[in-house]
Amino acid sequence: MKETPLSNCERRFLLRAIEEKKRLDGRQTYDYRNIRISFGTDYGCCIVELGKTRVLGQVSCELVSPKPNRATEGILFFNLELSQMAAPAFEPGRQSDLLVKLNRLLERCLRNSKCIDTESLCVVAGEKVWQIRVDLHLLNHDGNIIDAASIAAIVALCHFRRPDVSVQGDEVTLYAPEERDPVPLSIHHMPICVSFAFFQQGTYLLVDPHEREERVMDGLLVIAVNKHREICTVQSSGGIMLLKEQVLRCSKIAGVKVAEITELIQKALENDQKVRKEGGKFGFAESIADRRITAFKMEKASVDTCDVEEKAEEIIAEAEPPSEVVSKPVLWTPGTAQIGEGVENSWGDPDNSEKDEDEGGSDGAVTFDNIKMDTGIEVSNTGSQDAPIVLSDSEEEEVIILEPDKNPKKIRTQTISAKQEKAPSKKPVKKRKKKRAAN
Amino acid sequence: MAGTMQTEAKNRTADGTESGRQGPGCSLRHFACEQNLLSRPDGSASFLQGDTSVLAGVYGPAEVKISKEIFNKATLEVILRPKIGLPGVAEKSRERLIRNTCEAVVLGTLHPRTSITVVLQIVSDAGSLLACCLNAACIALVDAGVPMRALFCGITCALDSDGTLVLDPTARQEKEARAVLTFALDSVDQKLLMSTTKGLYSDAELQQCLAAAQAASQHVFRFYRESLQRRYSKS
Repeated sequence: MKETPLSNCERRFLLRAIEEKKRLDGRQTYDYRNIRISFGTDYGCCIVELGKTRVLGQVSCELVSPKPNRATEGILFFNLELSQMAAPAFEPGRQSDLLVKLNRLLERCLRNSKCIDTESLCVVAGEKVWQIRVDLHLLNHDGNIIDAASIAAIVALCHFRRPDVSVQGDEVTLYAPEERDPVPLSIHHMPICVSFAFFQQGTYLLVDPHEREERVMDGLLVIAVNKHREICTVQSSGGIMLLKEQVLRCSKIAGVKVAEITELIQKALENDQKVRKEGGKFGFAESIADRRITAFKMEKASVDTCDVEEKAEEIIAEAEPPSEVVSKPVLWTPGTAQIGEGVENSWGDPDNSEKDEDEGGSDGAVTFDNIKMDTGIEVSNTGSQDAPIVLSDSEEEEVIILEPDKNPKKIRTQTISAKQEKAPSKKPVKKRKKKRAAN
Repeated sequence: MAGTMQTEAKNRTADGTESGRQGPGCSLRHFACEQNLLSRPDGSASFLQGDTSVLAGVYGPAEVKISKEIFNKATLEVILRPKIGLPGVAEKSRERLIRNTCEAVVLGTLHPRTSITVVLQIVSDAGSLLACCLNAACIALVDAGVPMRALFCGITCALDSDGTLVLDPTARQEKEARAVLTFALDSVDQKLLMSTTKGLYSDAELQQCLAAAQAASQHVFRFYRESLQRRYSKS
């Protein structure tokens, strides 16, 4: 689905409002939208809401062999996905320019700033290191994806615990979470992106632009800062010329904003840790607001399944008994026989296959016959009662000698018993035995 | 041959004795749902069954690509996104099952040459994932106001090695189970819309699971009804 274009009226309205220092949602120029962080039951899973923009983050780990030129460093991998859920214009499975840009920016913000100690992720130098994978899914797009994604990434990384490993000599032991408490990653600092939208060639500036504002902006400046006011990444896009003073002012604002956000993150992480330690309820179910009219909860409900037995028996009793039709093997031509009722072969044109039979010799005929036979047996088995299906793995080929009524000549037919047959097909089996004995 | 017959008979008697103590294992975990939580999709819902959580968003009826256009009904598309990594074969097969279920109840003929897209995001998997996906999809479709013939719900049953029936199993119960069966049932007369199974079971057990699922579906539909009532209540 295509994005609905912004009309000229809307565009003018938005720009006029920005000139008058007003924003659609009533915020001031430097205000962030509300940030809400909720955690899942697994470690390293979080949902970050920045206003209506929503990002799901999940961190996972895996033991892999390191890159040859960095034998003692763990691997960090970031993957931001723009799900179609977030906006109808995002197409699944396509790497759009926006997506590439956002992924690159995230990598620069989190990997290249060395906020995670990759050397502590090494298990055996040159052989085994941890690969930490951060998956971020945009669930709802209401502007400023990068800020929300960077918060989600760092929160998920802080929340994550990897399994403990011990190395004794050459032996590496991986402990399950039940055996030893999983260990957190060592994080040096928490870089967070702050976006500034510029309008009218840099005359007006807004922090945390929402989707509408992003559409009419001229340029975007993203600054990643940590709480020590160290700048980790700066990126300006949109081709606007900014003055040195503007950039410096933005970096100052970013420092203030990041300090606030970091405090919020730490509080959220502490809360979650406390609840987990006390054995209270945690997870997304707890973060659903009870008072909201759109939310509803139901406690554990026990289902009365006393009459299930009787019901099942009733249904089976009412069901038609399995058909007793076990047809005699029909001999079509020498080398081709059929057991069961058989259905028309839907594998291509029947005329052609018959021709093949005549010309191609026994091989083609045998496969054709097998298809027919299988379907035949299945048909006669439908509705069979309480006979548990016994599947056997043996795919041995059986050689059966059939003796048709009219043709006294003995003909060998190959049957591949892919499915060792079920109870009702007793007759053919017996026959097989008899013939074998006769042989 | 005779040997296998004997074991079958034994199995059956074992099942028979097992039937008496099915009571306590048969309960649904706590349910929670939130509707209309995303601003961009036409309808959205998050559905939680215990610790399993799925988020669903629905777009539609909306513009459709010419290549996917169907002249007499709406094109229904289901996208299932895993939490880690890229969607694989398992997701594709689940997508298909969910799409077939939705197609059975959505009145697509009312909106010819449009698209209805259901996007499902797995938020956490703790067992009965497909059932949770189905429930989330249904609530999101309701929230989007897509016309439907009936509502539907997904119920997962697991059969233990000793034949005990467990409804709405957790991931661990699913792992230990001999067979896991998932059904989609409609709300009008609890008829079967879709079923998918894994593992070994007899046809008597299949009927038992189905009957249990029908009993459980009543609870799910009541949950749907109450949550919708709350949503459209005035207070």
